[in-house]
Amino acid sequence: MSARLEARGVRLAYEGRVVASDLSLAVPDGSFTVVVGPNACGKSTLLRAFSRLLRPQAGAVVLDGAAIASYRPKEAARRVGLLPQSATAPEGITVGDLVARGRYPHQGLVRQWSAADEVATTDAMLATGVEELRDRLVDDLSGGQRQRVWVAVALAQQTPLLLLDEPTTYLDVSHQVELLDLFADLHEAGTTVVAVLHDLNHAARYATHLVVMKDGAVVTAGAPAQVLTAQLVEDVYGLACVVVPDPVTGTPMVVPRGRESRRPR
Amino acid sequence: MTATTSSRATRTTTRTAVHRLPVLGAPLRRRALVVGALLAAACLALAVVALGTGDYPLTPLQVVQAALDPSAGFARTVVLEWRMPRVLAALAFGAALGASGAVFQSLTRNPLGSPDVIGFSTGAYTGALLVLTVGGVSSAFASATGSATGATGGGAATTAGALAGGLLTALAVYALARVRGAVQGYRLVVVGIAATAVLHAANTYLLLRAQTEVAMAGAVWGAGSLSTTGWGDLTWALGALVVLVPALALLAPALRQLELGDDAASAHGVRVERARLGLVVVGVALVSVVTASSGPIAFVALAAPQVARLLLRGPGLSLVGSALVGALLLVSADQVSQRLLSGVPVGVVTVVGGGAYLLVLLLVRARRTA
Repeated sequence: MSARLEARGVRLAYEGRVVASDLSLAVPDGSFTVVVGPNACGKSTLLRAFSRLLRPQAGAVVLDGAAIASYRPKEAARRVGLLPQSATAPEGITVGDLVARGRYPHQGLVRQWSAADEVATTDAMLATGVEELRDRLVDDLSGGQRQRVWVAVALAQQTPLLLLDEPTTYLDVSHQVELLDLFADLHEAGTTVVAVLHDLNHAARYATHLVVMKDGAVVTAGAPAQVLTAQLVEDVYGLACVVVPDPVTGTPMVVPRGRESRRPR
Repeated sequence: MTATTSSRATRTTTRTAVHRLPVLGAPLRRRALVVGALLAAACLALAVVALGTGDYPLTPLQVVQAALDPSAGFARTVVLEWRMPRVLAALAFGAALGASGAVFQSLTRNPLGSPDVIGFSTGAYTGALLVLTVGGVSSAFASATGSATGATGGGAATTAGALAGGLLTALAVYALARVRGAVQGYRLVVVGIAATAVLHAANTYLLLRAQTEVAMAGAVWGAGSLSTTGWGDLTWALGALVVLVPALALLAPALRQLELGDDAASAHGVRVERARLGLVVVGVALVSVVTASSGPIAFVALAAPQVARLLLRGPGLSLVGSALVGALLLVSADQVSQRLLSGVPVGVVTVVGGGAYLLVLLLVRARRTA
């Protein structure tokens, strides 16, 4: 199993607060890797390290055989794209203009806006289904549409690796599924996708490679069907549950027991 | 990615609703181009009118003739020697203030996050005052006080003082506004307003402490005036601006990315901290150069970017648009101060006009949030 992107023994910390002391994780090429774990387990922090937003204090994030910190930022940005959790659209920007901003890593002093940029921008909008919204103002869009536009911004970067930081947060369930389907399409078409998700059932359904984290360490990783068991959920989340096959996809589905587990039967 | 979307990409049609000039990779709408050209034309027209008005009136045609024809005699002296420096200063300084305002309002994501509101111009004034009153650069000032109204900064030492004062203020305001490694726009504005108040007090103290003639000159200069601008001072300031404009042009694409948030900008390959530092330094330098030569001229930096946004309707705050509106505002304000108010310093005009603008801004915002 080859991995273009991997964390090797990284120590991750925010201003003295250590999130992970010795974390290693390889992203299998061509996979749809989903990272799950309880709050503050370090999954988003790991994604920040993958996307160069956080520099490891020890160890290294390795991209194509070299430490990612050693790349020129634009070069790294042509290989790894990110859908950030918090991004803001400037007031009065149209969908087309915003998506075009994703072309920044492909532009330079000499090489400015080109036909390739135009094509990549349009392709990204077509892939995310926002092409018809091209001339609309981003401010006027619904939450689901806006998130699609941000995905298009990341797609316009044309990177073989795409990182998604809790991409479905704040969306209603139909938009969540719609967006995850879109990521699955991108994955099928060849992009290696790494997503941090909260919903275990979504994770099990869409991941080809499921990574479960707790307390800054990887507990287990592998195909969802092998990894996701009631015992694991109990160990990692402290949640009593049963795991049954998803009636639609057959993937593991976590059904919490909640207060039912305490009720005498 | 081209491969990933190939099935859908076959439907790709290249549309040209948006003009993308090969300048800074910025997509430009037709509206922005037309309005930009109109603004530039308005600046030019107003400049010609300004060159022709005064005690020795000239028609626009005579102004152009005087400027182009070396044998024009007295008219040429009036236009090139007497009036040109002031008009040029108004254009260049207005543009510098407008661009600087756009930089800081973009960085702070706040229409109040302007260098004149958050203390940078006041700090630059403090720096220049320190050089004049304490630093013992009396020779530069003696020549300044010897000039017509005795109110001018100018010179390398005061420019350096203003620059240092502006940068130190910016540094202090940024440091105080920083919470857990991130600078929040609103916090920056509040801290900046506090810094402005403190620096105002310091400036008053410096003026009270100084020798009478120095204090008087400093006070008049502090109102912000273009009345004493001659070719000497101007060459200095223009030289500095000529260096700063390309620097700003280099940083402009990164500024556009920073509008998307630090995470997105960084993911797109911007060195966020470095770019922001560069933008702050260039933005402060633009304000400081202006302050050093004409005193603090308020509200142009505050109003120009927002007016430009209303006119251009583009995404974010346009640097070029803001510079053009700034130039137009300052030339107009200077004409008002000279012709209608018999020589009241232009800084007073912009403060009054800006006060009205600020009131409108707050009312509109209040209505929108209400």
